[in-house]
Amino acid sequence: MKMFKKVLSLVLAGAMVLSLAACGSKDSGSSDGGDSGEEVFKIGSIGPATGAAAIYGLGVKNGAQVAVNEINEAGGINGYKVEFKFEDDELNNEKSVNAYNTLKDWGMQMLVGSTTSDCSIAVSAKTSADNMIQLTPSGSSVDCIATDNAFQVCFTDPSQGMRSAQYIGEHKLATKIAVIYDSSTSYSSGIYAKFKEEAANQNLEIVSEGAFTADNNKDFSVQLQQAKDAGAELVFLPIYYTEAALILAQADSMSYDPIFFGCDGMDGILGVENFDTSLAEGLMLLTPFVADSDDEATKKFVDSYKKLADGETPNQFAADAYDAVYALKAAIEKADVKPSASVSDICEAVKGAMTEINVKGLTSDEQGMTWAATGEVDKAPKAAVIENGKYKMMQ
Amino acid sequence: MSFINYLISGISLGSVYAIIALGYTMVYGIAKMLNFAHGDVIMIGAYTVFTVASSIGMNPAVAVILSIVVCTVLGMLIERVAYKPLRQAASPLAVLITAIGVSYLLQNVALLVFGPNTKSFTSVISWKGVSLADGKLNISGVTIVTIAACIVIMVALTSFINHSRAGQAMLAVSEDKGAAQLMGINVNGTIALTFAIGSGLAAVAGVLLCSAYPTLTPYTGAMPGIKAFVAAVFGGIGSIPGAMIGGILLGIIEILSKAYINQQLSDAIVFSVLIIVLLIKPTGILGRNIQEKV
Repeated sequence: MKMFKKVLSLVLAGAMVLSLAACGSKDSGSSDGGDSGEEVFKIGSIGPATGAAAIYGLGVKNGAQVAVNEINEAGGINGYKVEFKFEDDELNNEKSVNAYNTLKDWGMQMLVGSTTSDCSIAVSAKTSADNMIQLTPSGSSVDCIATDNAFQVCFTDPSQGMRSAQYIGEHKLATKIAVIYDSSTSYSSGIYAKFKEEAANQNLEIVSEGAFTADNNKDFSVQLQQAKDAGAELVFLPIYYTEAALILAQADSMSYDPIFFGCDGMDGILGVENFDTSLAEGLMLLTPFVADSDDEATKKFVDSYKKLADGETPNQFAADAYDAVYALKAAIEKADVKPSASVSDICEAVKGAMTEINVKGLTSDEQGMTWAATGEVDKAPKAAVIENGKYKMMQ
Repeated sequence: MSFINYLISGISLGSVYAIIALGYTMVYGIAKMLNFAHGDVIMIGAYTVFTVASSIGMNPAVAVILSIVVCTVLGMLIERVAYKPLRQAASPLAVLITAIGVSYLLQNVALLVFGPNTKSFTSVISWKGVSLADGKLNISGVTIVTIAACIVIMVALTSFINHSRAGQAMLAVSEDKGAAQLMGINVNGTIALTFAIGSGLAAVAGVLLCSAYPTLTPYTGAMPGIKAFVAAVFGGIGSIPGAMIGGILLGIIEILSKAYINQQLSDAIVFSVLIIVLLIKPTGILGRNIQEKV
């Protein structure tokens, strides 16, 4: 019996050695074939696909996927196909960095992410160390592009404030402005600080300045009363739509009807379940993308997106991510890099090309968008107005 | 004129605090415990009304009654599962910590069931309210109904506690649980009844809160709950008329400090006033000074 066991273990050990050898030879064979035969560009992306901010991350995931599918159908970038992989970060900085490491193990060469500002900042410390090109579709903080390998598709917060003031001034919407902002978020106070600065250049008079904090965001009667008493014709709301919905309802109950003007945080107000959209009639917002828009590129994108995402309508995050993938494509073509180049070499080449390209995307107008070496995007701001319960692009 | 407008805003905000504070003070007065999950029961009540009235289209009055039933059952369940086993615990802190845990549990369950997206609540009160001085002063229907509801609940609770057998049992339990039990009072049943009433009130408060401020998220009840707790302490915790007075005063102070002092500091000012009141009168405005016999 003992003899039998010894023989058996010998046979088994032999079998393991053989199978290992077989594995090894098979592995090397397939990777050889991959390297020489079909080289691909590997683009990774990160964002919250679950939890409170899931609509942002899923928008980025599906928007980028639509762009990758289109590019592959049209023959790829410089003749090479693109592979795309998205990792969930649950709106958590550490998980975002973990997601980045997972993507690196997968072989990512370029990053479209992270979706949100804080996660994007956390990841940029890693991408900077690895010298990997990082293009965040929607991280709007100035700190997202602090490192020289990082670029942005959306406007920075201060830039939104400046462009809002310019838009109001150039289109002569009003001269007496009231502001209600959330002093407890960097998003809102960041936009407002720059808005105030630019308002002076545009001869806009800020007649009333209302603030609230995250702990005190239910009753806006004082802020609205002061705006009304000061005779403001336009109320600037650089805040998220949850509070804006309350402000619109309270203004209506006190029969105050100025123009309300918001930024990209206002996008989504029509999606609030059961919201009385007549309250938002005439509301204007600076947003890069409106799914109801008539132009061909948008229609085509919305169709493909709906097919990919079970009939969901794309939001601005989806459009930002779509543009981000096309911006990378343009930069790679400009720099003429190959997938076989190292991550760092791709970064150096693409980084230089980013400042030379001009991309006409969903979030830009006919003039397209360009990038500065700082990573900041330059494009014409687009404004939408709510008419008959739908967003409509302003011409 | 704008001062009167601010005053009206303060009263409408305060009336919402008051109606939440009634539930807080009722449970504290009898069971001598702070039910920090009260604000979240309010949120569940509001979601119940939202689901049956806005989504299924049921009559709002029926929806409110259904919501009261749901919250009452929920309140009794929470008491039975989370608080009762800890009633004999060595430290009263055990129940307090559990209450905070229940609060987070309810928020996260709501996040899971109803999702994180903001919902817009349709006011159950369609009455526009009263307009005075050529439309310059508006008192909304919700405010008037909330204040009326506060007064009705206040009177009903006071007479229930003072004149019914169950109410007398509550008083007895609040003074001395052990002695009440020796006198043949069912202590567990009485405390369960207290939670049932407190949670039923939470449903009413939830409906009125969301009618006045019509957005609904899983965190809707949290901050108003804390403010209402402050209002209950302010008025004298355990005192039912005190909760109402405390709530309305808190609302007025908050709005006036926003209007005339600083919008970002209004919470700090509210809490400073609370500290001053407690320094001068440690039991709150209408709080009874109970002499402990040693």
